[in-house]
Amino acid sequence: MGHLAGSERATLNTATAESRLLQRLDPRTRVICVLVFAVCVVALSSPLALAVALAVPATLMLVQGLPIGKTLRRMAAMDGFIIFMLVLLPFTTAGPAAFTLFGFDASTTGIWKAVEIGLTANAIILMVLVLVGTLEPGQLGHALARLRAPETLVHLMLFTVRYISVLQEEYTRLRAAMKMRGFTPKNTLHTYRSFGYLVGMLLVRAVDRSERILDAMKCRGFDGRLYLLDDLRYSKADFTFALVFSGALVVLIGLEVFSGSAV
Amino acid sequence: MALLFDLKDLRFAYSGRAPVLNGTSLTLAPGERLALIGANGAGKSTLLRLLVGLHHPQGGTITAFGRERREEADFHEVRCKAGYMFQDPDDQLFCPTVLEDIAFGPLNLGASKAEAVAIAEEILSNLHLSHLRDAITYKLSGGEKRLVALASVLAMKPEVLLLDEPTNDLDEANEARLLEILLGLPQAMIVISHNAGFRDQLATRRLHLKDGILKEA
Repeated sequence: MGHLAGSERATLNTATAESRLLQRLDPRTRVICVLVFAVCVVALSSPLALAVALAVPATLMLVQGLPIGKTLRRMAAMDGFIIFMLVLLPFTTAGPAAFTLFGFDASTTGIWKAVEIGLTANAIILMVLVLVGTLEPGQLGHALARLRAPETLVHLMLFTVRYISVLQEEYTRLRAAMKMRGFTPKNTLHTYRSFGYLVGMLLVRAVDRSERILDAMKCRGFDGRLYLLDDLRYSKADFTFALVFSGALVVLIGLEVFSGSAV
Repeated sequence: MALLFDLKDLRFAYSGRAPVLNGTSLTLAPGERLALIGANGAGKSTLLRLLVGLHHPQGGTITAFGRERREEADFHEVRCKAGYMFQDPDDQLFCPTVLEDIAFGPLNLGASKAEAVAIAEEILSNLHLSHLRDAITYKLSGGEKRLVALASVLAMKPEVLLLDEPTNDLDEANEARLLEILLGLPQAMIVISHNAGFRDQLATRRLHLKDGILKEA
C-alpha cells in the first residue's frame, strides 16, 4: 500500500471520471465482480481464453479513460514479484525442448505454463486495479465491512489507510533531520546502525501513537464498535454492469471449453 | 452551582519515576475558563488524563459531575461529558472523512445515523467548516485538522472542554479564529497552553503547576 503515502492521488481516478459508469457503481459490486472474475480466470487454462480475459479489464480501463501508463506501471510492479518464477519455469518443467540456452533445455510445456500463469496473474491484477484501485480506500473499507468481511480486518485496513501517511511524514522528517546533520548512507556499520535506530524509532512512535489514538477514541465514547455512516444501495447501474460482466465471464468459459477441445 | 470537577490531593507517578502530581487539588465551576501553566513535563497533560480516567491516581479523589469516580466504568460517563482535545489532531481524527469523524462521537453516544449526520453538519456550519464536510482527514492542513478536531469534540455536546495545547501548529489567523470560537462557547474549559497571549485572552483563572502542586498564578 506504499502508493497511499505519496502526495499524488492515491487512486487511479482522474478528476473527470466522476460521471463515468464505474463511479455510479456500488463499491460492493466492484469487489464482488473482482472476486468472481478472479475465481473464474484462475480456472481457465487455454491461452486464448486467458488472453481474452486480459482484454476484459484492459477494455474497461480504456472505456473508463483511466491513466494507461500509470495503471500499467502498477500492474508491472506486481510482475516484478513473479518474473523470476516465469523465466525459470521453462527450464524446470519436463517436456519436449523448444530451445537451449547455455546448455539448459527450455521445454514447450514450461513455456506455455509460464504464459498461462503470466496471463492469469496480469488479468486479475489489472481487474483489481480497474475496479477496486479506483475506489477511495475508505470506500473499499466500507464495502468490505458491508460484505461481512471480518471487522478486525476492516478496522486494520481503515487505520492503515489513515495513518500510513502520518508514518511516512514521520519517516521523512527523521530522514531529513539525519541528512541535515550530514548523514549519507554508505556501506558502513554506522549507516546500518543509524537505519536501525531510524526504524526502531518509527516503531516506538507508531506504538505510542496507536495508544494515543485509542485514548482519543475512548474520550469520545468508543466501546469497541465502529459505526459506519453511509448506506450503500445497489442501483440499476449495478444490475446492468453485473449482467454485462456475467456475459463476459460466460464468453470466457465458452472459449475455454471450445479451445480446450480444439487444442 | 455544583462544581464540574473537584480533585482532592491527587498523587500520581509514572512507574519507576519521580512523582508528577504530589497532592494536587483543583476545582472547576461552570462557566470558568481555567488555564494550566507549568514547565514542560510538569504534569499538565497527565492531570488532564487523570480527569478523564486515561490514568488512574495513586492517591486522592476525583469527583466529576457530582459523583466520585474510581473505576474505568465510572469514567465512561465523564468522557462523554468532558470533551478532550488532544495535543496532536492526527491522534484524534482517525476516520477517512471529516463528516464520519465528527459523527463518531454522537454515534457512540447512541445517536442514529441521521441524527449523527445532522449534529455533525450543524457543528460544521457553526464553525464555518461546512466546505470540509466530505474532505479526507489526512489531506487537511494543520489548521483545518485542529478546527475539525475541535468540531469532533463539540459534537458530543460536552459540558466541559479539556484543551491540550490547542494553538499548536496554528497560524495567527487560525489562532484568532480558534480564540473567537472558544470565547463564544458556553462550556467551562481547562486549557493547557504555552502561548501567553492566547491564554491571557481566554482564561478567567490561571493555575500554576509546579513540583506536583497547583497554585493560583
